[in-house]
Amino acid sequence: MAMPSVEEPTANTRPAGPAPVRARRFRTLHRMFAPFAEARGMPRFVVWAGVAITTFFIVLALFSPAIAPYDFDQYRTADGVRFAKQEAPSSAHPFGTNVMSTDVLSRVIFGARTAIEVVVLSIFVSMAIGLPLGLMSGYFGGKLDRILLVFMDALIAFPSLLFAIVIAFLLSDTFGRGVTTAALAISVVYIPQYFRVVRNHVISIREEAYVEAARAIGARPRTVIRRYVFQNVVQNVPVIATLNAADAILTLAALGFLGYGIQPTEAAEWGYDIQRAISDAGAGIWWTGLFPGCAIVLLVTGLTLLGEGLNDVINPVLRRRRIIPVRFPPLRRNGNADE
Amino acid sequence: MAKQSTSLRAYLLTRIALAIPMLLILLTLVFFLMRVAPGDPISAALGGRLTQEELDRRRAEAGYDRPLAVQYVDYLGDVATLNFGETIVDNRPVTEVIVQNGAATLELTLTAMLIAVGVGVSIGLVAGRHRDTSVDFAGRMFGIVIYAAPVFFLGFLAQLVFGKWLGWFPTSGRASPIVTFELETKTNLFIVDSIISGNWSALADVLRHLVLPATVLGLVIGGVFIRLVRVNLIQTLKGDYIEAARARGIEERSVVYHHAFKNALVPVITVIGLQFALLLSGAVLTEQTFNWPGIGSELVRYLDNRDYIAVQGIITFTGIVVIFVSVFIDFVNAWVDPRVRY
Repeated sequence: MAMPSVEEPTANTRPAGPAPVRARRFRTLHRMFAPFAEARGMPRFVVWAGVAITTFFIVLALFSPAIAPYDFDQYRTADGVRFAKQEAPSSAHPFGTNVMSTDVLSRVIFGARTAIEVVVLSIFVSMAIGLPLGLMSGYFGGKLDRILLVFMDALIAFPSLLFAIVIAFLLSDTFGRGVTTAALAISVVYIPQYFRVVRNHVISIREEAYVEAARAIGARPRTVIRRYVFQNVVQNVPVIATLNAADAILTLAALGFLGYGIQPTEAAEWGYDIQRAISDAGAGIWWTGLFPGCAIVLLVTGLTLLGEGLNDVINPVLRRRRIIPVRFPPLRRNGNADE
Repeated sequence: MAKQSTSLRAYLLTRIALAIPMLLILLTLVFFLMRVAPGDPISAALGGRLTQEELDRRRAEAGYDRPLAVQYVDYLGDVATLNFGETIVDNRPVTEVIVQNGAATLELTLTAMLIAVGVGVSIGLVAGRHRDTSVDFAGRMFGIVIYAAPVFFLGFLAQLVFGKWLGWFPTSGRASPIVTFELETKTNLFIVDSIISGNWSALADVLRHLVLPATVLGLVIGGVFIRLVRVNLIQTLKGDYIEAARARGIEERSVVYHHAFKNALVPVITVIGLQFALLLSGAVLTEQTFNWPGIGSELVRYLDNRDYIAVQGIITFTGIVVIFVSVFIDFVNAWVDPRVRY
């Protein structure tokens, strides 16, 4: 096959024909992360900004005792000297102190730990309940599906915050007002959402040819659900989970703000701190509310960007790949160009 | 649902029929949640303050010594006749709480919704029209960041900047004490009341009080609309009839604002309905932040006092309103866009 006039492929072009396949170790891993490397333009920026912000807060959460200058409920130095109340930012307290005489910076840092603890726990719980229910409801359909659907729709229609408040209020007698209560109250809000998304997805997958093929060769429903349906549904989970995590941070803060979240003696919580700071606003004290508030905005933005970016990157419908120009060999006059 | 049920009436009837089981489930859930709580309502609210005999007498009077099933049927009957009981801590009929404080919430949420739609539609349109430019990026980022900001944090900032530093607006309550005292309240909507009585200074005062809470709540809800309008406009601009309009040489401006605009807005109506629940959640927080005497701050107050009857009444009422609104929005949607009536 002599084609002397074809240019040598350069770094930016490749010859027409199937893409070169390279054997790699960690093939699955590579395939999982390939969309990230291929993302270009806005999705690339969005996803990496999200990753950066989220990682920052996870590091804060993991190492908060090492990073924070004081403990979250510490109101005096090791020598027993009480911190000043509502002191403006200084070198000893870079973010100032609040009405409880605790260090605002330390509370913001420990707040990251609380937020991430609660969110991870609540997402785990709501997924553990919502996912299987959605799988079964979508796959088997029938009466179970209809009953669950009406039930979950009723829950979705209801203002989620009011629901969470009531649940937190009822649980506080049993579990106290700590991370567990808050996480459970929040997860109740998100169970219907996981259920809804998973169920709808399962219903569309159920009719796919490969599921039918699996059924035709005699696979049990368990196997079909586990190997064929679940594998496909699970792809959407990271996106939903990240977006729900962003929302859960807001719900947690709202619970704390209303006084039904985590008590200040249990852990540092941003929403509670802002509630205490509202009365400071009238006195012109800005540092007690600004920093926890900015922490919420930043973390929620980070998680939203991550979720949106993941969606742009993973979802094949939305994905825009880098356009690689393809050079065809020049046409030859005698017509047997493709020999 | 029949395949050809295209008439508006048939659609509405089906929709109402579907709403009834939903309402029943919600009511049942509220009832049993409130009963799962340890102790009965009377001893939860008044326990420790009254003698045991007095507690027992009040409990029997209110019917809490009867079997749960009887109480449940009773509760459904009460709800059907719009009787939500009487609060325990201050002996107000819950209906009165709903009428008086609900009006405050209505005033706040309606204004907030207007602001949300205004902000959301205008920014969304501009962002969608100039897709993938820096304007679009700024609009999207604004939408994401504003959505990420808790309502009470924006409220804190607004109080700090516009209340304390600039001193432009009051940061607490619905009106100044004198106005509240002097204003004749017929509808409990202070704007309407002050217009009816022709009290213009009162109207100005009421509006000044409304600015910060409504803007803060409106901005947060508006974040959702920005995104929605942008995406819809982009979709609509891909339509054949838009291409046709462009081909006829119509100016781009006119294409966007006359041809695409209205069609891009149809889904916004649906989302207004979906946002209603978010709006109510936001209202609870906004009311707490600005000492707004609405139904949300009353709910929190009664929760703090462990007044189960009041809480149950308010939550039940909210549930009914939510379902009513969702049916109404679906109806409007079907009326505007015939494709919805499948």
